[in-house]
Amino acid sequence: MLRYVLRRLAWAVPTLLFITFLVYIALRTGTDPVASYKRVNARATPAKIQQYIDANGLDPNYVRGYFRWLGNFLTFDWPRSIKGSREVWPALKDALANTIRLGIAASAVGIVVGLMLGVFAALRPGGRRDVAVNTAAFVGISVPPYVSAILFQLLFAVYWSRWFGSTLFPTAGVYPPGHTGFDLALMAKHMVLPTFVVAIQIIAVYSRYMRSSLLDVLSSEYMRTARSKGISERRVLFKHGLRNALIPVVTIAALDVGAIVGGLIITENIFSYPGMGMYFLTAFGDGDFPLLMPWMVIIVFSTLMFNLLADISYAWLDPRIRLE
Amino acid sequence: MAFNRFVSHKAAVVSVFVMAILVIFVALSPFTARYGVNEAVQAPPNYFLTPRANAWLGTDDIGRDLYSRLIYGVRVSLVIGLFSAVISVVLGCLIGAVAGFRGGRFDDVVMRVTDLFLAFPFLVTLLVMRNVLGSIEWLRPIIGDLSSVRFIIVLFAVFGWMGVARIVRGQVLALKEREFIEAARAVGASRWYIVRRHLLPNSIGPIMVALTFSVVSAIISEATLAFFGYGPQAGDGATSLGILVGAAKSAVNPGFWWLAVFPCLTLVVIALSINFIGDALRDATDPRLQRDS
Repeated sequence: MLRYVLRRLAWAVPTLLFITFLVYIALRTGTDPVASYKRVNARATPAKIQQYIDANGLDPNYVRGYFRWLGNFLTFDWPRSIKGSREVWPALKDALANTIRLGIAASAVGIVVGLMLGVFAALRPGGRRDVAVNTAAFVGISVPPYVSAILFQLLFAVYWSRWFGSTLFPTAGVYPPGHTGFDLALMAKHMVLPTFVVAIQIIAVYSRYMRSSLLDVLSSEYMRTARSKGISERRVLFKHGLRNALIPVVTIAALDVGAIVGGLIITENIFSYPGMGMYFLTAFGDGDFPLLMPWMVIIVFSTLMFNLLADISYAWLDPRIRLE
Repeated sequence: MAFNRFVSHKAAVVSVFVMAILVIFVALSPFTARYGVNEAVQAPPNYFLTPRANAWLGTDDIGRDLYSRLIYGVRVSLVIGLFSAVISVVLGCLIGAVAGFRGGRFDDVVMRVTDLFLAFPFLVTLLVMRNVLGSIEWLRPIIGDLSSVRFIIVLFAVFGWMGVARIVRGQVLALKEREFIEAARAVGASRWYIVRRHLLPNSIGPIMVALTFSVVSAIISEATLAFFGYGPQAGDGATSLGILVGAAKSAVNPGFWWLAVFPCLTLVVIALSINFIGDALRDATDPRLQRDS
């Protein structure tokens, strides 16, 4: 097991290098970093531009430029952003922390509720509640996050304040404008709507996974064996049914991180939530290469790590699988 | 048999009717739309009117009828959805079938590329590759400008094939070992013949399902791109569902609910109907599900 993990980690390094190289090429051809630098700093001297090109590894030769960029990146000599000439790491760090918080909250709500709904539906397949859960899941899948976000904002902020005098939940940011310091209750209140919007998608997907997975398990031979041994129905379900049904679901959960991040990007933007999504969309809109590259590295890295996590958890939950 | 199973999926039958009505409305837009795409319903003041007799679903910021614009918008969105889905399914079938049948290096490369693209958040891939595709000079005359409908269709087709290829490849891998393929090979059928006459026709169920889901994902992707301002800008005030949903964003805070609710609802109804139809098709064509009723 340990050897397998080490080997996978060793493999992750060339994979990471290769993918970031592709991203580097894509961003360079797609956003033209030199042009966007000149657009913001119209009066920059040739020497300044050359300095910017050197710092970002924007050599005309892509391979040489990439290694140049990589060297600066690894020695933590990160170039400043084009717009406002800010340090990249503090901005990225804050965005990452905000997104992780929102992502964990939404995944926790989404996965717990989704799994419960899935079990609830699978216990009586074809019954009324099965149909209800299935239909609701379909609606959840078909509603893009920005649609639910807009409708929530309209209902809970704008019209709620018209009907009842005050808004139920704030619709933008982490804190009200002008607020300083840390306030957990206020932060939680700001996170309710974005969490819910992201969670809807997760609930819809997981209730369906869980339902089909549990149905497969319930119809298997060892469930009949367990029942015939005289174990109580409750014990059969929890000890034998749920545990086995969770195996494929856990794997999917780790692999689905890309989709969850996708939902976060859209949701953050609508709620002006200062996370990775806002960061990316603003940086992308400005063509801000120094901001975009580290962002991409983090996304690629976390995807690789969650992939590894999926494989490990799969082997850990299912002893029949050998990782060699 | 398959048809009976499809009909037993009640939600899908309703969805077929909904989509049929929608398509008829959109196809007959000269008769069903009450105003031109860029036409104000009355002389000013005509902006942000609530729903009323001369504008059933209200008007937008410059007094245009939302109901008529929804019809024009859905037309553009359906065109984008259908064309990009058909192109990506054809591409996906060919690539997936060849990858599954030949295996080897080609298979490895195709599957790695697919993994790579599916690992990134979809919106990020779409935005970055949109710019990359748009910056290739010599492609410009073929696929049009960054903000044209044609460009969006090509963009979705370029990404849409991967999911389909994966499904078809899995199907082909499963079929390849079956006796009738072996028999065909034994009598000297060429590979291309086997792919064309045996593998693809036997995978028609999953391919149809993939087609319907491609349509939904293209429509939703178009709306997503347009929502963030990277969508098609069909000239002269022409519109798409995404542009209308995007306009909803600024209508929330002043409380112009009709501008938010109706476009969003239309998008959800379309997505939901096509999803239900796809689900029923899967149930109907999957031979492992023997639900007789």
